Amino acid sequence: MRKKVVHVDHLTVYYGQTPAIAGVCLDVYEGEYLGIIGPNGGGKTTLLKSVLGIVPPTEGAVEIYGESITKNRTLMGYVPQVASLNKAFPMTLFEVVLSGRIKAGIRPFFKYSEEDKEIAFQLLGKVGIEDLANRQISQLSGGEFQRMLIARALAVKPKLLLLDEPTASVDAASREQIFALLEELNKEMTIILVTHDLLAISSHVGQLACLNTTLVYHGEPELTEEVVNHLYGCPVDLIAHGVPHRVLKEHGEGC
Amino acid sequence: MLDALFKYQFLQNAVLAGILASVVCGLIGVIIVEKKLVMMSGGIAHTAYGGVGLGYLLGFEPIIGAFVFSVCAALGIGYINKKGGAAADVVIGLFWSMGMALGILFIALMPGYPPDLSSYLFGSILSVTQGDLYLMIGLTLVVVFIVVVFFNHWKAYLFDEEFASILGINTTLLEYVLLVLVAMTVVVLIRVVGIILVIALLTAPAASAGMLSLNFRNRMIYAIIIGVVFCLAGMWISYEMNIASGAAIVILSVTFYFCLYVGRMVKINMKEKSRKRERLENEVIK
Repeated sequence: MRKKVVHVDHLTVYYGQTPAIAGVCLDVYEGEYLGIIGPNGGGKTTLLKSVLGIVPPTEGAVEIYGESITKNRTLMGYVPQVASLNKAFPMTLFEVVLSGRIKAGIRPFFKYSEEDKEIAFQLLGKVGIEDLANRQISQLSGGEFQRMLIARALAVKPKLLLLDEPTASVDAASREQIFALLEELNKEMTIILVTHDLLAISSHVGQLACLNTTLVYHGEPELTEEVVNHLYGCPVDLIAHGVPHRVLKEHGEGC
Repeated sequence: MLDALFKYQFLQNAVLAGILASVVCGLIGVIIVEKKLVMMSGGIAHTAYGGVGLGYLLGFEPIIGAFVFSVCAALGIGYINKKGGAAADVVIGLFWSMGMALGILFIALMPGYPPDLSSYLFGSILSVTQGDLYLMIGLTLVVVFIVVVFFNHWKAYLFDEEFASILGINTTLLEYVLLVLVAMTVVVLIRVVGIILVIALLTAPAASAGMLSLNFRNRMIYAIIIGVVFCLAGMWISYEMNIASGAAIVILSVTFYFCLYVGRMVKINMKEKSRKRERLENEVIK
């Protein structure tokens, strides 16, 4: 029996009067690679942030490894959306990755140990940006910035990695590298990935969840026409260049 | 002025006050510029006027009143922002004007002639008393201590608050502490540049330093140096020409910022032009 990593139980989150997600139930087991797709404003990021304990639930609960979020928060590595961060902040790439080594609690005069620095530097190698260590983050490309955020999340030594749109602002080559890296990481940890990159989803993830305020689908990454119609409100045609299998069957006329 | 400096206690006080103000401005200024809290600091500063008024009305030291009012404003604005349900700029605007209004009311309720408030509104570095100085030294030490002791935490928090909270850093606590530090900084600055001009001294050195360095710690150091230079220069102008010290300091530092800004624009334009010229020349060669 595989361990249950994330247990989302009837989760509802309201922003003011509008529900971002409503009644979502979702289980993620150890070693899974779950992709979450859905339209903009469909609650993908909200779900991710609820799992991380950043957004408090209005109703329902989230458990990480069978316990409350606060207890097991440090088992999670988080890769936020690049667009949500201040890219002009005066920090070097290495400093950002190193910040993932900060331990919990109030620690006056906290200094990074040699071990922390070594771990951070190894991670730079792992994501392929070690030659940029002393570069200011304002001078990084989208792909480099993204890989820096992944390295920072890994510096926590997580068992569960959560990524929000990791391929939104990167070029095609970096995108492939990032997915190859995630596949590699999936051997060691559970991964939850939020994206609206449908192609990536079909060829890389192991499990798929479709979210449009409510959970429309959860299962194998084989989208049926019915699910996509429900999700996006109209048929979507996917042109699958070089993807091992077509995501969708042909759809009929009318939208 | 130099022999006067050794002769007169009030000038020595002024120099020390200028240095203390520059230190807190350098540290907190860089943080609030990065965190985009400039207007919030303005709100906290202006609310302090209510405290000054209350001090005069009840007969205690007005600067203590300013301290209490600005800390309360910092916590109040922070709490309402955290709870949500109101736009941050609205809350800041309301605290801002409420503080000023209370100040005016308290002064009006005072029996007898109203006191001269211009030293609180516009600053008067040459009339800093020994008592003010002790308070300023105390507050500066607290601010420096908290910023330095949790330096790496501050950096992680300022860059990415959500990630910091997942790391187990108490970001709510940091946020409130930061606001209280801003309130303390404002109190240190009131004697130097006054309530109305506080924003300039908080932002101009920090923003100027931001153009000079891409390193967080160096930015703070540059901001402190820039602050010291302009505080002392402004003080000298104020002493020699007998104009308000706060105005002199603010005009100098804001002018410096715009000079840097224009200088940088010219530099970028020149680079662009030379690049274009090179491109043209390359094409001619081809």
